[in-house]
Formats: sequence, structure tokens, C-alpha cells
Amino acid sequence: MARYVRSEPRTFAISVTGASLYAAATVGATVVLGRVTEQVILPAFDGGVSKSTVIGGAIALFAIGLLKALSIILRRYFAGLTAFRVQAHWRRRISNLYLDVPLDFHRAHPTGELLAHTDSDVLAATEVMSPVPFATGVVALIVFAVISLALIDVWMMLLGLLLFPALAVLNRLYTKRIEKPAEVVQEQVGKVSRIVHESIDGALVVKTLGRSSLEIDRLAEAADDLRITRVKVGRLRGSFEPVLQGMPTIGAILLLALGSWEISVDRITTGQLVQGIALFSVLAFPMQVVGYFLEELPRAVVSSSRLDRVMTAPLAPAPDPAIAQALPEGGLRVDVDDVGFAYETDQPVLTGVSFEIEPGEVVALVGSTGSGKTTLCELLVRLDDPTAGAIRLGGVDLRVAQSDSLHRHAALVFQETFLFADTLWENVVLGLEVSNDDVRQAMAIAQADRFVGNLPMGMATVVGERGVTLSGGQRQRVALARALLRKPSVLILDDATSAVDPVVESEILGGLRRDLATTTLVVAQRVSTIELADRVVFLEGGRVQAQGRHQDLLAELPAYERIVRAYETAGATAEAEA
Amino acid sequence: MSLFRRGADATVDELVSDEQQKAALEAGLAYSRPAMFDDQTELLTEEHETPSVRAMEVLRRGLAVSPELRSGIVFTIGMAVATAVGRLVTPVLIQQILDKGVSGSEGFQPRFVLGASAVALVITFVVMALSRATYIRLVQAAEQMLCNLRVKAFAHIHRLSIADHNESKRGELTARVTSDVETIARFAQWGGVAWIVDTVIILGTLTVMAIYSWQLTIVTVVVMAPLLPLLRMLQRRQLRAYDVVRTRVGQTLSAVSEAVMGAGVIRAYGITGRVRERMHGAIDRQYAAEVRTARYFAFMFPLGDVFGGLALAAVVGIGVWWGPGWGMNAGTLIAFAFLVNLLLVPIAELAEILDQTQTALAGWRKVLDVLDIPLDIIEPDPGVDLPQGSVEVRAEGLDFAYRDGGQVLRDVNVVIPAGASVAVVGQTGSGKTTFAKLLCRLADPTGGRITLDGVDLRDVAPSARFDAVRMVPQDGFLFDTNIRDNVRMGREGATDDEVGAAFVRLGLDWWLARLPDGLDTEVGERGESLSVGERQLVALARAQLANPGLLILDEATSAVDPETERALSDALIRLSRGRTTISVAHRLSTAEAADLVLVFSDGELVEQGSHDELVDAGGRYAALYESWLGNTQRA
Repeated sequence: MARYVRSEPRTFAISVTGASLYAAATVGATVVLGRVTEQVILPAFDGGVSKSTVIGGAIALFAIGLLKALSIILRRYFAGLTAFRVQAHWRRRISNLYLDVPLDFHRAHPTGELLAHTDSDVLAATEVMSPVPFATGVVALIVFAVISLALIDVWMMLLGLLLFPALAVLNRLYTKRIEKPAEVVQEQVGKVSRIVHESIDGALVVKTLGRSSLEIDRLAEAADDLRITRVKVGRLRGSFEPVLQGMPTIGAILLLALGSWEISVDRITTGQLVQGIALFSVLAFPMQVVGYFLEELPRAVVSSSRLDRVMTAPLAPAPDPAIAQALPEGGLRVDVDDVGFAYETDQPVLTGVSFEIEPGEVVALVGSTGSGKTTLCELLVRLDDPTAGAIRLGGVDLRVAQSDSLHRHAALVFQETFLFADTLWENVVLGLEVSNDDVRQAMAIAQADRFVGNLPMGMATVVGERGVTLSGGQRQRVALARALLRKPSVLILDDATSAVDPVVESEILGGLRRDLATTTLVVAQRVSTIELADRVVFLEGGRVQAQGRHQDLLAELPAYERIVRAYETAGATAEAEA
Repeated sequence: MSLFRRGADATVDELVSDEQQKAALEAGLAYSRPAMFDDQTELLTEEHETPSVRAMEVLRRGLAVSPELRSGIVFTIGMAVATAVGRLVTPVLIQQILDKGVSGSEGFQPRFVLGASAVALVITFVVMALSRATYIRLVQAAEQMLCNLRVKAFAHIHRLSIADHNESKRGELTARVTSDVETIARFAQWGGVAWIVDTVIILGTLTVMAIYSWQLTIVTVVVMAPLLPLLRMLQRRQLRAYDVVRTRVGQTLSAVSEAVMGAGVIRAYGITGRVRERMHGAIDRQYAAEVRTARYFAFMFPLGDVFGGLALAAVVGIGVWWGPGWGMNAGTLIAFAFLVNLLLVPIAELAEILDQTQTALAGWRKVLDVLDIPLDIIEPDPGVDLPQGSVEVRAEGLDFAYRDGGQVLRDVNVVIPAGASVAVVGQTGSGKTTFAKLLCRLADPTGGRITLDGVDLRDVAPSARFDAVRMVPQDGFLFDTNIRDNVRMGREGATDDEVGAAFVRLGLDWWLARLPDGLDTEVGERGESLSVGERQLVALARAQLANPGLLILDEATSAVDPETERALSDALIRLSRGRTTISVAHRLSTAEAADLVLVFSDGELVEQGSHDELVDAGGRYAALYESWLGNTQRA
């Protein structure tokens, strides 16, 4: 907590000052009321007072109310400001981290969890902040009030000291008792909502299976559980709230009985009794929140430690600028030299993988699911470093390649196309400074120009989360254009054309070979793609089983033949929307 | 041959793209946003469209649906009175003791003071007991009402025909039973109760004030009057500011989620800086919006203190000057000062719940509206049984139109002999899927009829229909439990052995054996832990277990990996043996292998016959086939 305060000391100090001022003004208001009673009200009904006294009393009452309001504004505004600033600061730090960690980190953590860190966890961790000024005010209020009571009369103070701690204890007990069932209510609301979501999403299945009445029973049960718990919460609330509300009243009644006796023996004045009653009514509320604040503190500590853990994630390695090299211009040769790769402690994904691709050559990577194709593709653009061996582009080890230069020369098109929630133009260009013609040409080679031309907004069409939904094939072609626009010397296609027409695919690959002389590695899931390649690398179980021409492998290698046949049958039963 | 799929797919791509995009644009409003923002946004737009829901009308309709509410209201009023009395005890006792016990003409009256205090104590205890009793009763009534309303709405939704269950409505319907009911629940627990309690407290306080001095009561009302509208205005602005924050939070989250989900692309293309800018921009905009709300948060609350101070100053000033002339006593004026403070909390609360009331009423009305959607499908009771074994299906003059007028099927006539395998083909929107849905009575035809073994589908007993007719939908939706329970839904009460046997019969036991936990494998939400193809395998096993006489298959259009693809087609052949099978076909191979091909176009059945007959006839199907072949040959 201390470090939050340290990061925004000024606003925090103002809000705490406001809170203390609030305590002083609140107690001050009771003092003013007592004084006005004594010096204005009682004399007025006992023979009259001067006009100026009346006006003075009225102004004092209003002024102290105004001071109180002002102090609340100071505390609330600056406490909010402190919290929001700290939150924004954390969000920046965490989101920076997400960009700077290796890709592996993202594989290890579900999206939902990472989003929760920037949203609910940041809120929870900083939530403890906002009540700090308020709690300061509350504590100050209690201290001032007790002093003020003691100054009036020791018996009154004793009554207060008896009543208010009891109120605080009772309130704590209440929050403790209600916490569990309140949590259960949250869970049950979640359960009800899950059942409804699932049931209505699957309405078609529910209907065809004739399960409607079973589903209704399922919901009725969950809804009834929720009802029972909520009634339980209501019962607790019904038992505690009236007592919490009644106790200050009981205190005031006892105070009145005590006070009127003390007035009769001249120990106190009527004005002081009025002040005492006012103090009692002012104190009731803070007693209820002190407990709440104490309950919240540990929870916030938990979520802030969760954030701390995230922040310790190691960052992606960057090449030492002193030895970093740029990749040579022109066609690049790819060397995969005895490469091994394993995720922490797991089975190795790749073992002793070696092959090379000559400048301008098109090589197909073939292998069954889980053979390590995707991992290999990612290593080729250094989304990870091999755990053994080395990968070299144009003779430069990727570990010492300048990252700018690497990004300019090598492009990977992923299996899963990711589009940003932005225009098609932005999605293709991604901040690159390029001419209209370049983009048009890339779109044409990727065969994406036709469908984009048919969109009413063309390249300005917003896609992604909030925009137009593109089909799988369209998305792949956009992703392809994104890569082609960069005129990469090395292009890696990780099954990136699976939803694209084979005819179109062959045109794309042909275009690459002709116009750009790009060194290409293509993960192939169909025979037509394999046939387009100069050579095949056959990967199985993380090892290169064979490499050579398609026809040779087909004739020599039964395992290779099996997998290629599987592609063929899949193709034969393949869908064709009529 | 191997190039079929891609060729045809790409053609369709271009054909469908416009239509898809239009649909996406329409559905987009509800589906493109992350789910968590849906409800709020929906509420908002609703609120803006209907600034004031007719409260009395909703209340009347609501009471008709939920009679439990009446007793709830009675208990709430009881509690309100108790609460009001509890609050008024202190000021009244102050007045009594100051005026009669201490400073009266006879000086200190110990017996009066003790007596009055004792009475006040007793009243306080009675009020506590009464509050407890009435509050618990009112919670019981409210919760019972909410539970019943929720189940009622949910049951009604499930009885609606599939015509009311289309993609875009699904989210709305879900919201009715979840967020809308929760809005009402929040209101029932707090807002609704506060309405009554605060009103009674204000009225009670004003009454006691008026008894003490009607003049000062008028002063108080005049001074306090602007507080309520002022608070309301600020409240509205605050709500709007919070809406902006919610939108901004959503934008921050999508910016961050791009950085997370697009992590690969971002690294591979070296665009970290660009993404960082976008994220920080969103974070800063969120911060700015939050600071705006801090302003309202800070300024609204202290208004009560300002007005309280003003009222107190006015009451004391005027009371001191003219009070003695009006026959007031010092104690009465002091009690007045405490009474003025009693008004502040209920006024602030009322200002807060006024808008909440609008939202709650709008939510309530929406739930009630769902209950008013007429049910299309009335199940016969008891209905006609169907014989076991494969079923003969006839459609006679079949028409179907949506309630809003879109004609989907027009005069479809066809006889499907028992045991035949039929492929239904046609473009998206040709009515082929609707035809399949009508066959399992997901909706009733608007004209003509469907018979199964000569019995009108509308007369078939529901249990017999569920046993005889099974549809395997395209998306392969599974429930969030294990594979065993999902398959068992095919026939409640089936043993574990029977579930296993269903996989064996479809030749899928090897697939099952490969799963880490076999039949106990959890499939996740909507079955999403499994691939699309695997979900379909489970759906097929489910159908196998039911052993229906009529099987309706909606083939998946999405790509499936080669291995699963083979398993699927193999299992399908086994599953369809000995049954009438109607496939909404997306694959050429399905059409080629079928006994009968039905070609739909624009809601009409334009051609029927075997694959060879139709190709020879040279009509629409032949043209379609040509284009398939053409695609293959080009490659």
C-alpha cells in the first residue's frame, strides 16, 4: 500500500487532509449546535435576543455545513484521482509487460486471466487506497468525538465508550456472518446464468433431444437454491440491521435520561446535552464502515501479490546491440542446424532437425498433427530460441540478428489468422510506410483484391471484433497480403492457405517464385500444395524423417505415403457448399 | 479429386460473402462485443429509447404474473412504518424531555423523564422486532416471486419454436432470464423497498414537523425542495459519465486483448511500438473518463450537507425570531433541528433510485414481454405413437414463413420412402435447413403438412417423436459435462455399457481410447475443449444411442482435419444403416452416394432424383456438378 501512496503523494495528501478536516467539521457542527442552543435558542424563548445574535447563529450553522461539504469534496475527489492514477500506471506497466515477454508466456496464460490482471486485479489491488483517506477521517472523527464528549462530561463519554465499540463489534460480526452466504449468492447467480446461457445457446439440441422439461427442472433447482440463499441473507440482514439502527437510538434515549438529571444538578447545560446527542448520531455511521475497511484489507493484499507475481515474468531476450548484425540484402539461404526445442521440462518438440533452403527455393514441410511443424515455423522468425543448435538466415544466427532487420526480411503467416479491430488497410500495412500501389500489388498477389473490391468500404472496411466478419479464406488472404507487402526474403506459411482455393494458392506461390524470388517454407496439408514445392521436408515426432522430391518420397517411404493418402481421402470427401 | 473442397469453397466464399457480411452487421450489434458488455449496453439503448416506461402498466401486468408481490408490498409498508417510527423516537423524546422534563414550569421532573425514556425504549425494541419480522417476510415474498418469474420465463423460452430462437435473438432471450431478472432482483432487494420506506419516513417526519410547527415545516420544504431535482440531474450525468467509463474499459480491454491474442503476429512483424501506443491511448482515455466520474462522485454527496446546513440555519433563525410568537418552545425548536437532518438521507436515496426504477421497470417489462410471445407449437396430449424402425416421410404442400413475413418454403411436395438416404442441396438461404428443421417439428409449417408413416407430425406424441426422429445439428453443441453424460442425453437411462457400445457400433472406439479420460473426458463450455469434428463424433454417438427411425443430419461446413474427417464419414455410413436419413449436404460425396437428391432453390423444391438422373437431366444440379468438376480440373 505504501508504494501506491509514494507514487501519487500529492493527491493522496490532499485527500487525507480533506478527511481530517471532515472529522473536525463534523464534530465542530455539534459544537456549533450546542452553542447555538445555549446562546441563541434558549435565551430567545426566555425573553428574546438581538437580531445580530440570531443572524450570527444562523450563519454559523450554515457555514459549518458548508465547511463539511467542502472537506468531503476534497477527500472524495482527490482520493478518486489518486486511485485512478495508480490504476492507469499499473495498467501501463502490465500491458507493457504483455508486449515484452516471450510468446511462450502467452501460451502459458489464458487470455481471460491476462485481461483480468489489467482490469479486475488492478481494481482490487488499488481498492484499498480509496478507503484510506476515508478511514483516516473516521478514526479522526472518533478521536475528536470522544475528546469532545469528555470535555462535556465524563459520564457521557463513558456511555459513548460503552455503546460505540459494541456497535463496531456487532457490525463486524454482521459482515463476517453475511460474507459466506453473500459469496454463495454470487456463485449461484453465476450458476443460474451458466445454465441459462448453455441451455438457450443449445436450444436446438435441447429441443431435438426432447430435453426441455429436464432443462426447466435444472434451472428451477438452481433458481430455488439461489432463492433459499438469498432468503438466508435476508434473514441475517433482517436480524442485524434493526439492531444496528436501534442501538444509536437506545444510546440517545439513555443519554437524554442521564443528561436531564445532570442538567437538574447543574453538571451540564442544555446546550451540552444537545451537543452530546448530536455527537451520538454523528458517530453511528463511521462505526459501521470501520469494520468494512478492516475486512477489505486482506483481500486487496492478495490481489496485489497476484500482480507482483505477473510482473516478475522474464522478458523476451533481445540481441546485444553491440554484436547485433543486420541480415544481408537479397535472396536469403535458410540453415536449420541440428535444432532441438523443448518447452520447460516437457518432452522435446524438436530433436536434431537439420535442413537448408536455398535462396528462392520453395520447400514443403509435411508431417502429421503434433509433429512440430508449427514450432519449427515459429523458431524461423525467432518467436522462440531453439534449446539446441542454431538457425541462420543468410548466414546470420538469429540470436545475434537485429530484430528490425529480421522483421523486415522474414515473415511468418500463421495458421490462425489474427486481424486487429481496425480497417483492412491498417491490418495489411501495420504502420509500414508504403504507397497505395504497393498495397494494391500485395493484395493482388494474395488474391484478396477481388473480395475487398466488392466491400462497400473497400480497404476502409473495419474488420475484427467490432467490424465485418470475413470468411476463413478471406482472412487468410488478408494475412498473406500483410506478409507479401513486406517483400520478405524469407516467407514461412504455416498452413496459411488452407481455406484458400488450390488454384488461387498455386497462383500465389507461382507469383512469389516469379516476382520476388522469395525463399519459402510452406506447411502443406494437401497434395496440391506439396506438388507446388521444389522439395519436401518430412517431419515426424520432432525429427526430420526424410527430405527430397515428392515423387521420390512417395515411392520410397511408406509412412510418407500414408499421410499423403490421408490428405487425398480428406480431399475426396471434402465439402462443397452447393 | 483432392481439390474439390477448396475449389468449391472459394466459389462459395465469393457468393456468400455479401450475405454473410450483412448478416454479420445485423447480428454484430449483439455478437461482436465481448459478452460482459452486452447486457449493459442493451439496457442503455433501451433506456434511451423509452425514457419513461409506463410504471403503472408494468406494475399491473407484473402483479398479474406474480401475485406473490401483493403480500410483499404489504410487508414492505409494515416495515416502512416501523422504520419511520424508529427514526422519530429520538427527536420526539428530545422535545418531550426538554419541554416537559427539564425546563417546564415545575423544573426537573424525574418521574416524567424516566417514564418517557422507558416508553421510548419499549417503542424502540418493538420497532426492532417488527422490522425484523416484516423484512424477512418481504424478502421471502420477493425472492419467491423472482424465482417463479425466472423459471416461468425460461420455460416459456424453451417452449417457443425454433423460429423465435434465431442467432440474433438468442442473446436477448438469455439476457431476459439472467441480467433482466437480476436487475429486478436488485430493485426488489433495495430500490423497491427504499421507495416505500423513504417515502414513509419523509411523510412521517413532515407530519411530526407539522404538528410542532406548520410554519417551520413550510420553511423546511421550501429550502429542501431543490435538492431532489438537483440530485437527480447530477445523478443522470453521473450515470452517463459511468457509461463512458464502461465503454472505455471495454476499449482498454480490447486493446489489451489484441496485444495478448495477437502476440504472435505482433512479434513476428515487429509492431510492438504501434500496439503499445494503441494500448496506452486506450488506458489514458479510460483514465480521463474516470476522472470525470470522480467529479460527480465528489460533488453529489456533500450537496446534502449544504442543503442540511441551509435548512438548519433557516429553521433556527426563523424559529428563534418568530417561534415564541407562534407558541413554540425551545425543546420543540431543538427537536426540529434533528428532524431536518432526518430528511437528508431518504431524499438522497430517492434521487438515486429514481433512475434505477426506470431500469428495473424496463427490465421487468422485457421479461413480461417474453411471456407474451405466443407459443407456436402445441404438443398433442397424448398423441399418436409411431412404430419402431425406419420411417416414411411425406411433405404435402409444405409452406413456411416467419412471423415477420419472410417466406422460406413454398409448396414443397415429396415422398421419402422408409430407409432411403436423401441429400438436400441448395444455396445458403434456399430453405434446405428449414426443411430439415420442420421434419423434427422445431417449428410447424404455416401451410401443408408433414407426415411420418402417414401420421401428421403435429399429432405425433412428443415422446414418440423424440424417439423416432433425431437431428444432428451442424455446430455439434455439447453440454459442459463429460462425454458420457452428453451421449447419454440421447436416451436417458442408458447404461455406461450402452454408451460405450454406441461408439463401438460407429467404429469410434479407437478415438475414445485416445482421449486422456475416455468417456469421462470433460468437453468444456459448449464442447469447446473438443474440435468441431470431435464434437460431431460425440453428437453422432448420441444419435446412435437413441436409435431413431429418421435421422436428420446437418452437415458441417467448417473444415475438419483429415483424420477426423475420415472417422466422421465412416461413422455416418454406419449410423445411417437401416434408417431413413436426410442430410443437409455440403459435400458432393454425400449427394453422390444418396438414393435421392432434393435440390432447393428460393424456397422451392426444384429438382429431385438420383445423382445420375439429375446430372443427365442437365438442370440446376447438373450445372452445380459441372462447376464442382470444373474447379477440380482447373487445378
